[in-house]
Amino acid sequence: MKITDEMIDYIGILARLQLDESEKESAKNEMEKIINYMDVLNEVDTTGIEAMSHAFPVKNVFREDEVRPSVDRELITLNAPKKKDGCFQVPKTVE
Amino acid sequence: MDWMNMSALEVGKKIKAKEIGVEEVTKAALDRIAEKDKDVNAFITVCADEAMAQAKKVQKGIDEGTLTSPLAGVPMAVKDNMCTKGILTTCASKILTGFKPFYSSTAVNRLEEAGAVILGKLNMDEFAMGSTSETSFYGPVVNPWGTQRSPGGSSGGSAAAVAAGEAFYTLGSDTGGSIRQPASFCGVTGLKPTYGSVSRYGLIAYASSLDQIGPLGKNVEDVAEVLSIISGHDPKDSTSVAAGAIQTQLTGDIKGKRIGIPKEYFGDGLQADVKERVLAAAKKLEEMGAIVEEFSMPETDYAIPAYYIIACAEASSNLSRFDGVKYGYAAPEYKDLTDLYYKSRSQGFGMEVKRRIMIGAFVLSSGYYDAYYKKALQVKAVIKQSFDRAFGKFDCILSPTAPTTALKLGESLSDPLKMYLGDIYTVSVNLAGLPSLVVPCGFDKEGLPVGLQLTGQAFTESQLLNIGYAFQQATDYHLHLPETKKEA
Amino acid sequence: MDYITTMGLEVHTELSTKTKIFCNCSTEFGGEPNTHVCEVCSGMPGTLPVLNRQVVEYAIRVGIATNCEITQYNKFDRKNYFYPDLPKAYQVSQLYLPICRNGHIDIEVNGKKKAIRIHEIHMEEDAGKLIHDPWDDCTLVDYNRCGVPLLEIVSEPDFETGEEVIAYLTKLKAILQYTGVSDCKMEQGSLRADVNLSVRPVTTDELGTRTEMKNINSFKAIARAIEGERKRQIEVIEEGGRVVQETRRWDDNKGASFAMRSKENAQDYRYFPEPDLVPIEISDEWIARVKSEMPELPDAKKARYLADYGLPEYDVDIITGSKYLVEIFEQALAACNEPKEVSNWIMGEVLRLATETSTDVEDISFDFANLGKLILLVKKNVVNRPTAKEVFEKMFKENVEPEQYIKENGLEMVQDDNLVREIVVKVLADNPKSIAEWKEGNEKVTRFLMGQCMKQLKGKADPGTVNAVIAEELAKL
Repeated sequence: MKITDEMIDYIGILARLQLDESEKESAKNEMEKIINYMDVLNEVDTTGIEAMSHAFPVKNVFREDEVRPSVDRELITLNAPKKKDGCFQVPKTVE
Repeated sequence: MDWMNMSALEVGKKIKAKEIGVEEVTKAALDRIAEKDKDVNAFITVCADEAMAQAKKVQKGIDEGTLTSPLAGVPMAVKDNMCTKGILTTCASKILTGFKPFYSSTAVNRLEEAGAVILGKLNMDEFAMGSTSETSFYGPVVNPWGTQRSPGGSSGGSAAAVAAGEAFYTLGSDTGGSIRQPASFCGVTGLKPTYGSVSRYGLIAYASSLDQIGPLGKNVEDVAEVLSIISGHDPKDSTSVAAGAIQTQLTGDIKGKRIGIPKEYFGDGLQADVKERVLAAAKKLEEMGAIVEEFSMPETDYAIPAYYIIACAEASSNLSRFDGVKYGYAAPEYKDLTDLYYKSRSQGFGMEVKRRIMIGAFVLSSGYYDAYYKKALQVKAVIKQSFDRAFGKFDCILSPTAPTTALKLGESLSDPLKMYLGDIYTVSVNLAGLPSLVVPCGFDKEGLPVGLQLTGQAFTESQLLNIGYAFQQATDYHLHLPETKKEA
Repeated sequence: MDYITTMGLEVHTELSTKTKIFCNCSTEFGGEPNTHVCEVCSGMPGTLPVLNRQVVEYAIRVGIATNCEITQYNKFDRKNYFYPDLPKAYQVSQLYLPICRNGHIDIEVNGKKKAIRIHEIHMEEDAGKLIHDPWDDCTLVDYNRCGVPLLEIVSEPDFETGEEVIAYLTKLKAILQYTGVSDCKMEQGSLRADVNLSVRPVTTDELGTRTEMKNINSFKAIARAIEGERKRQIEVIEEGGRVVQETRRWDDNKGASFAMRSKENAQDYRYFPEPDLVPIEISDEWIARVKSEMPELPDAKKARYLADYGLPEYDVDIITGSKYLVEIFEQALAACNEPKEVSNWIMGEVLRLATETSTDVEDISFDFANLGKLILLVKKNVVNRPTAKEVFEKMFKENVEPEQYIKENGLEMVQDDNLVREIVVKVLADNPKSIAEWKEGNEKVTRFLMGQCMKQLKGKADPGTVNAVIAEELAKL
């Protein structure tokens, strides 16, 4: 598969990553190499094989519906680059 | 004598016998770090004050009889992708600049409860993405065995710190070989436990379905002891298995143990003297009563692509939360919210991390999910079946850990695909969730350590550790340290 | 040209569990920003989710109540997108194996019955709240709602009119309330609807391009949004344009919808199985138990009220449409066994006072059994109806106990017929002019005389008795 400029730009939007022109060029080449290498998987016959997201069949892990104290909000926003009135502060969202 | 060359259990014993005080040994470790780490760069953060305070507290606990663990008072260090309350936790990334979590990972909590003294946080590949510990924002880790050598990665700091005698044992994490390959490159013992044996709570995720915390130390006994503390069910991790801590009886008796050697692991690309050392180790185990037999695992070739698809996909999602809003690095200038996201992430992540996030976003994106992600999960199932078949015949699979010994610094950064291919012997184990132990088994012609990888069926850590123990009883490779080696 | 409208609905309802879906923080509404938050629901690095069992229990309950198949092996997936109200930058939801599928809800509009099919119901986590800060012209982020459990109930595109949509939402709201899984407070956002809408000329069977309007949170706004969007799409088509498939935001104040367009809005959510959570396996026994514990649902209740109590269908629809009115009805009924009276009181005074005092039905809080007591007091002629209405207002507003209140305020009816007659005779004697008019055939004066008598009796006599006595005395003249 060919990784095009459009694809790199689209992936950049999805991942919220901005690459400069030279980074973009090398990312394109490397990704193309890697993705093409990954195509080797097409050699494996996987008909009838379930996609396995968990290696072991653990299931039904639950927690009871019991309230425990939340965390002091000073701690929640402790590491925030910008905060105000106990909230995280971000540039104005359009809506 | 230099305490720092002792094993963790030996030091623990001396502390218990009051031959050494906890503060004294902590001070010695901090001095050693001060002396060595200029060259090794194994530590991102050394928390000397906290360590001395903890040492004092632990000594009191030992004296009062409340702290009874054989490792109580023994100074150790933690890979910097595990959260430590009030202590800088960076994942070796600029994007976590200044991040001090208000909670600790379960593994760290358990060690602290057992009386561990944490010396600091260990350098690594950024977000555990890499096999050389060179992608760190805090500079590369240097292998104590050779100044021009990489310690491997991503837990390069964890392996190097043990090899350099900067900590008696360390915690690392292993997503595709990140404990085992550096253990091999640094000549130390490292264990990747069965997925779910050690809680992942507080481990900053790279690939959630593959990540596993494990111990590194000077020998199997130390590693087994650490495992007994950090393993066992944690209600905060839904994927943690409902079992108690793993307690190991190290008998050294391996008579009749069936050991399989997958012939695909010994093909082209394997460094000749690595092959030789590993096969010699197999021979040794055979002499000790094990039954060694060659077999075939033809699926090996598919493990790397399946691994990178799954790991990158999960990483692209796991690392989305780093956006300059809640913690860590925020771009100083931006014009709106989207720009804040773009700039913080683009400036905050290093190139390898960006590459993997982009690969991950691609394989999950509309139109490609089935061809890549779903296919990789199916291949994962195929690989798991292949291991299940092997474990029908064998108690343990023996192989090299990596195709080479420690690489030269800078050697693999230029070609990411080549670096990925170096994970050939380690990634299948993560896909199948299995436990795998690496013990030193000799040196290459340049005197660099070679590691033997022993992989077992799920939840057979005890058996694996016992085989490793037997091997270390019969050999002395694990007793060599970079310095003593040089002297010798 | 005539057009057919086709709509599908995605309804989000916040579940009334005590704690959030993946952590032990309280789901309580309100509170200072970021005070119902921990490291898990704020998505701090390294933290992991653990599923609240009650969320699964509630989802099964709603699935059964809406005639769904329960997916006995179901899983969570991650839906990835960047927005400041979503601290992990992914929402844990269910795409590939949702917990419920293939159900239906029966509605009735203008006497016509219709089944609206449910495509699926899935569990997911709510997002936080964004607050505009006018001082710094920025946005503040509050994670209190982050991780509150939601069910998303997705219908098939089976709606053709706004009335059908409202009927469905009313029924769905009742089901959610009856099963106790949600309080459905729309003003607190615990019930929100997205409407997918397309139009097509009657001459074609092929569905038109649909748009999606997000997060509309009142029934009235939904009705207006549907009408507005329908008109807009028809206008676009009639002007020769094409409807674009897009997400639109309904602005109820402006009465118009606006496209939410942005390149950053590429709807490519890169769903994949959530590796931090394990699959859920729901046994036959689990389903059977939930079924056996299921309370009576709106349709069954309506049928029973019609059959057993002979109430008007309109009244029954209103009462059974709200769990809270049902509670008033059933508790009052238990105290008096007068179904028609109880129904009349609810349809009359209860709803009138609720409107007058702007009280939501769920917040009506007097002791409902007292309404039954009051009804019996009227029946036994202890108080007359007009007085009873006054007493009820006190009950509604101050939760007084009727019998005691009547006694303390001397509101009992005059039971002494001799006293009534005495007053009537006196009133007639005092109003010779009225008598004269009456004799000339003006019947209306009896009402004036009645008023005068009641005034003298301080309103506490049975109006029927007073009337009869007036008639008797007039006849004697």
